[in-house]
Amino acid sequence: MPVLDIDKIRRDFPNLATRGRDDKPIIYFDNAATTFKPCQVIASTHSHYCHRTANIHRGVHYLSEEATAEYESSREKVRDFLGTRNTFEIIFTKGSTESINLVAASYGRRFIKQGDEVIISEMEHHSNIVPWQLLREETGCVLKVIPFNDEGELILEEYRKLLSPRTKLVSIVHVSNSLGTVNPVKDIIRLAHAAGALALVDAAQSVSHAPIDVKDLDCDFLVFSGHKLYGPTGVGVLYGKEKLLESMPPYQGGGDMILSVTFEKTIFNRLPYKFEAGTPNIAGVISLGEAISYVNNLDAGQLIAYKKELLAHGHKVLSQVPGLRMIGTAKEKAPIFSFVIEGIHAHDIGTLVDREGVAIRTGHHCTQPVMKHFGIPGTARASLAFYNTKEELDIFAAALNKSIKVFHD
Amino acid sequence: MTTPHNEDLYQQVILEHNKRPRNFVELSPCSHEAEGYNPLCGDHLHVYLRVSDSGVIEEAAFHGDGCAISKASGSMMTVALKGKTVAEAKALFEEFRKLVTKELDPASPEQHLGKLNVFSGIWKYPSRVKCAILAWHTMNGALDQKKTVSTE
Repeated sequence: MPVLDIDKIRRDFPNLATRGRDDKPIIYFDNAATTFKPCQVIASTHSHYCHRTANIHRGVHYLSEEATAEYESSREKVRDFLGTRNTFEIIFTKGSTESINLVAASYGRRFIKQGDEVIISEMEHHSNIVPWQLLREETGCVLKVIPFNDEGELILEEYRKLLSPRTKLVSIVHVSNSLGTVNPVKDIIRLAHAAGALALVDAAQSVSHAPIDVKDLDCDFLVFSGHKLYGPTGVGVLYGKEKLLESMPPYQGGGDMILSVTFEKTIFNRLPYKFEAGTPNIAGVISLGEAISYVNNLDAGQLIAYKKELLAHGHKVLSQVPGLRMIGTAKEKAPIFSFVIEGIHAHDIGTLVDREGVAIRTGHHCTQPVMKHFGIPGTARASLAFYNTKEELDIFAAALNKSIKVFHD
Repeated sequence: MTTPHNEDLYQQVILEHNKRPRNFVELSPCSHEAEGYNPLCGDHLHVYLRVSDSGVIEEAAFHGDGCAISKASGSMMTVALKGKTVAEAKALFEEFRKLVTKELDPASPEQHLGKLNVFSGIWKYPSRVKCAILAWHTMNGALDQKKTVSTE
């Protein structure tokens, strides 16, 4: 098997050549927030606006037909990428957040009644907490929370106890953005189904971690964002099983989601257009297709093996940093390193390593319940992608050691 | 330290105030009190003032969790406020606000910031300006009888 050519991959990402503060080379360790984009994706956006600008599903003219074909071919790529049979089960949205809100607003309001139960987990991103709280306010449903242990692993025995005949939906993150934990979503989905509930998977962090197969997972809904998969911001995906999507009312009203409108009655369009009101992010969707093609051209097995190496190396070098406490030490992890350092606030760590060119995220990472669990205000978080290297981790560890010296001298 | 930016930001005096913050207590009794919160980074502190009937700040203290910048700023603020009148404290807050947003020249002889000029380089780090100004906003809120202050 040929070795993954990281140098070649790195040349595809022009942002990796950017200089940071004091002209230091950028080490980009904030991939859980958003990833860099390969030049193929950037070229695709550029090309759309240079040569294919047109609205879709509307014109009979050449440009509109071309743009429509490219937009729909992206949907086809997403279908293939997620492993489902039906292209119309792929809905384009603004991102993971909107996708979850769509399910909460459309499915939730129609089918989740007072006293019905929705289960989420203690490690959810706020985007998989707040939409259900809004639904709770509106319908009087009950929100239950699966706890995690101090390693950052969900406690499945507790989950089993939470399931009841009133459980309507289990909405769960696949890979935690603040702990790096890879959750056993297949088991979680199976248990949800056994209890008669549906399951939604928040795949925002997992789409870039390992291949996803919605048929194998048997999830009812799955959401992700394009910009965390080397694609542009402002575009995301909702996958839903046909039967459910058919049963759900529209999320927003407008153009493209209707077949006919009179003031007396409007007939809604078929799937997936029923859920895509208004002119969508056409260039974004097309470029997301390009991002998927880019990832598909890499060897998934090699990527997984390489990221395992990065994970092991990261844990090794960071464990040698004095006073560093890793937050999130699950057995199954993505290369996300969340940590605190004795006596130094995360914010100061972030600014100090930024001086060395290292871009990390600091704070609560939109997961305040996770911070509460560990009794900390926030963490410093380094999140890696396949274009990162062990050498960069070494420089990061050295930058941390230097920061500690600044504070403790 | 080798780079100019962080010499500006993490100067010895800031690091020292972070390590040994002055007036870092829950002042009781006090005449004015407010809670300040920076939702972005989780900095969270209380500011306490004891103001005399004649409007002089006799005691100033702060307490809470925060980064080195917010802690040092709170510490240096309480030192600067003691003995000032309420009007002087408000004027100093205004000067400090202008300093950290680069609206005021640290070399200007017209200003009264003294040691607080150590924060003059922070405008280069827009995300950290809120850390430096949190205690001040909270103090100002306390004087205005606001119970909670948020930097958002």
